[in-house]
Amino acid sequence: MSRQMGDSHRRFLQTMMANGIIDEQGAKTLHQHCCQTHNAQYAPDRLDDFIDTINSKLQPMFMQIRKGMSEDNGHQYYALVNMVENDVTRMTSDYADNELELFRKMMDLIVGSEDGKLSSIDILNSADSMTTKKLKKSEVEHLLNRLVQDKWLSEKRGEYTLSTRCIIEMEPYIRTMYQDQVKVCHICHAIAFQCQICENPTCGIKIHNPCVARYFKGRTEPRCPACEDFWPHEIPEVRRLRSQ
Amino acid sequence: MSSRKRPSNPQSASQPRRQTGGSAAQEEDDDVAFTQPSTSQVQRGLEKVTEAQVDQKSAEVVQYFLLKDQKKVPVRRADLVKHVVKEHRNIYPEIIKRAARTLDQVFGLKLVEIDPKNHMYILVNNLETSGDASPTTRPTDPKRGLLFVILSVIFMKGGVVRENVVWNTLKKLRVDPGEKHDEFGDVKKVVTDEFVRQRYLEFQRIPHTEPVEHEFRWGQRAEAEVSKAKILEFMGQLHDRDPQSWTQQYKEAHSSQNSSQQAGGSSQR
Ligand SMILES: [Zn+2]
Ligand SMILES: [Zn+2]
Repeated sequence: MSRQMGDSHRRFLQTMMANGIIDEQGAKTLHQHCCQTHNAQYAPDRLDDFIDTINSKLQPMFMQIRKGMSEDNGHQYYALVNMVENDVTRMTSDYADNELELFRKMMDLIVGSEDGKLSSIDILNSADSMTTKKLKKSEVEHLLNRLVQDKWLSEKRGEYTLSTRCIIEMEPYIRTMYQDQVKVCHICHAIAFQCQICENPTCGIKIHNPCVARYFKGRTEPRCPACEDFWPHEIPEVRRLRSQ
Repeated sequence: MSSRKRPSNPQSASQPRRQTGGSAAQEEDDDVAFTQPSTSQVQRGLEKVTEAQVDQKSAEVVQYFLLKDQKKVPVRRADLVKHVVKEHRNIYPEIIKRAARTLDQVFGLKLVEIDPKNHMYILVNNLETSGDASPTTRPTDPKRGLLFVILSVIFMKGGVVRENVVWNTLKKLRVDPGEKHDEFGDVKKVVTDEFVRQRYLEFQRIPHTEPVEHEFRWGQRAEAEVSKAKILEFMGQLHDRDPQSWTQQYKEAHSSQNSSQQAGGSSQR
């Protein structure tokens, strides 16, 4: 099957380049908008085919539109990723060496943590142990703002997590770099940072919060899907998609 | 498009952060050092490399252009050769040809040489953007609004205006170039530095004026990207007037020179 790219695909790609990441609902709306703008055939249920066509042309450039779940709300997102350098070195044009050193330290801490979160105090402390040119407190704060703005980190009530875009893009890198430490979700098999952990010491599987919500929905006595022990955590509600 | 970061950083493009270094004279030398190879040189060069190597290089060139385009900075040929093309400079024309084809066919962007003397390139969007009410969450870039107002003023006044005309228009819109603006910061700097560097505006000293005075014109990027017909339409709505009543502007907007936008960009391939 020949898969030709038209202006509808190009407009979709341009918007992806400008945004970096969009949620599934946004992608659907954008799909429709692009097809209608250029009088192209529009099949609402063929979004993934539409994106495959773009991806087949992006492949020689080592770029890809990749789908992944937000650990925060459980929704699907599409991110434009670069596969040439799916690690922090690809941030080198925007960040100085010492800023990248701190970001690497933050990734180490996040991967090593139980809940995938870092407080700004943890970050300031690790800034003290930097080997390259130390960053002042105000510089660290400014850097954190930029990392959030550029969608590498997310911030909620003073706590920082890797953003959905960062996880989708850097998953291969994180899996190689932190082979021994990284845990995958027992339900969806993607890497898991913000999650619940089975308290049975011989089990200890991780499940994303949104995957917990979906898996245990409607069950009266939640049990670990791996060891059958009682699941002692609070079961979050399934988050609905934003309404149109 | 907003200037938001996006993934495109070629491995081999030595880091652009440091590129501002080097004196102007040094840069001149770089460019002189690179002479465009002849057709037969390219032919011979191509025989020594594999098809995959040429494709790989042109992919890197594409990424380099996309990266520079995020900040709307023109690309100098000398930098491109030095940082990306490197040892394949003998087949440069073939590489740039393939890169231009990919930019056009995949990304809907046209590679345009804006300065044939110094060999500067920019990317111009093939797809109509000014009237694009994209449904995504992307907030409309306020700087774009500012730029659109200035371009409108220049166009309606016949293509060139004294700087005071622009500053006074902005003051009427409560954007005082003498004060720090919440959204734009230093307005004067955004207009006379950022927009000029991005080639949206030209800002030149008027000779023999005391005190010194400057004038604004449309820059090459604006000429290539912004539809004059759209501006006229917008002015018509603003003043509740038929765009055709501005005879001179209407004629210019619908002449062939600036018609690339109305043509609807690249066709289906
Ligand atoms: Zn999961
Ligand atoms: Zn268990």
